[in-house]
Amino acid sequence: MDAAFGQTFALTLKLAAVTTLLLLIIGIPLAYLLATRKWKLKPIIEAAVSLPLVLPPTVIGFYLLLAFSPESGLGAWLLENLDIRLVFTFGGLVLGSVIYSLPFMVQPIQSGLENLSPHLAEASYTLGKSEFQTLFKVLLPNIKPSLLSGTVLSFAHTVGEFGVVLMIGGNIPGKTRVASIAIYDEVEGLNYEVANIYALTLLIFSFIILCFVYWVNRRRRKATEL
Amino acid sequence: MITFELSKTLLAAKGSMDLEVELKVKEGEFIAITGPSGSGKTTLLRLLAGLETAQTGFIKFQETIWLDTSTNHGLPTQNRSIGFVFQDYALFPNMTVRKNLEFALDKNSEEQIIDELIEIMEIRELQNRYPKSLSGGQQQRVALARALVRRPKLLLLDEPLSALDPQMRTKLQDYILKVHRHYKLTTLLVSHNYDEIAKMADRVVHLINGKITSEGAPESILQNSIKNCPPIINGTVVKSSVQDHIYELRVFSEGRMITIALPKGKLEEMREGDWVQIKMKD
Repeated sequence: MDAAFGQTFALTLKLAAVTTLLLLIIGIPLAYLLATRKWKLKPIIEAAVSLPLVLPPTVIGFYLLLAFSPESGLGAWLLENLDIRLVFTFGGLVLGSVIYSLPFMVQPIQSGLENLSPHLAEASYTLGKSEFQTLFKVLLPNIKPSLLSGTVLSFAHTVGEFGVVLMIGGNIPGKTRVASIAIYDEVEGLNYEVANIYALTLLIFSFIILCFVYWVNRRRRKATEL
Repeated sequence: MITFELSKTLLAAKGSMDLEVELKVKEGEFIAITGPSGSGKTTLLRLLAGLETAQTGFIKFQETIWLDTSTNHGLPTQNRSIGFVFQDYALFPNMTVRKNLEFALDKNSEEQIIDELIEIMEIRELQNRYPKSLSGGQQQRVALARALVRRPKLLLLDEPLSALDPQMRTKLQDYILKVHRHYKLTTLLVSHNYDEIAKMADRVVHLINGKITSEGAPESILQNSIKNCPPIINGTVVKSSVQDHIYELRVFSEGRMITIALPKGKLEEMREGDWVQIKMKD
């Protein structure tokens, strides 16, 4: 059990880390655009980003499964032309997780940016700096708590996902079997003791992470009040 | 020389308003823009800076066209030779005072200007502090210094002194005049304070509901007659004097000067800087 346990948790953490990294790369520009642009179609994009908050994860997993199965057009095309197989693979898990955790990254960053005085960016423009320089040197350094919240919550949420992973990844040890799936699997096999070890580890892990986020945010708030 | 003709429809609290402004400003001139709140003063500065776009119009700065809506040409803010000081200073909280100034430095330009500005604005001992730990007046000096790092030719000041106490205000007016002359700037200052305008400006532009209603030397707004006078005027006493048993009170209210003559009486205790409310009777 020990080896399987280690393997499962290593995979869980790897998935969360890769997902969080990708989400930072995608989420920052997306949040920035949503916070600064006045597009007419913005509500539609915002709704799409937030969908995973309200939908059962199985819905997302189900459609991803349909879309990327080798029998479907897109899945077959990916397999034939790029040799990419997303169903029941780690790559598929990452894709599903990125979509599933997107609002947890985008929303804190977007609201952090929206709460900054617009004069900060404008001052930077009057000092000759581009939008890109302004974002990375002025705006992002001033929303560190939001960046931290987004990163930690995305990571924790990916660790805790179940439905998407089950649908698109299945339960292949060492490949797609993450901790939440393992719990389900062990309970089905009536191994309550093993299930409990997984469950308790996840519980403690998530609690510590959330405590950390709230503690850091409280410290930041105190620091800015001074 | 800057010439501009700008129009833009603004959505104000009381509905929409058309800002239509046409003005020529000489090089080295110090212009004060005054007028009631919501009359478009800040928007005018923002249009000149390129932070907002006019619906129609043009801006010509010396030989460069900054904006010409007829040819769809607009120079981005970054490429206009401006320094802008915001009402809330807009210093970058993540940088020290010196870093705020260094941030403004263009590539390949000499750092010497930073030390020069630090000397002029007397902020040497604040260099390594963060904006959060500075007083309003200190922040204002840093903001002014930062706006000048790129050696702009046009300085735009959006009510930079309104949040300061009168003593600090006087001091900062001197700093502004000092840099205006030292760097041969053309300066546009939004201000509600008559003393400030009289002290600093070569010319006052009076903006009401998006239109220039009067312009001229600062003394000229004294003669501004009370047209469309509201039944209640709130303002600050600028001058009170007694002459031949007539008590004369000058009140500065929402960008205009109102002179009231009253028979000598209990009003004599009024002092400059007092806040008054005047109710009109038919």
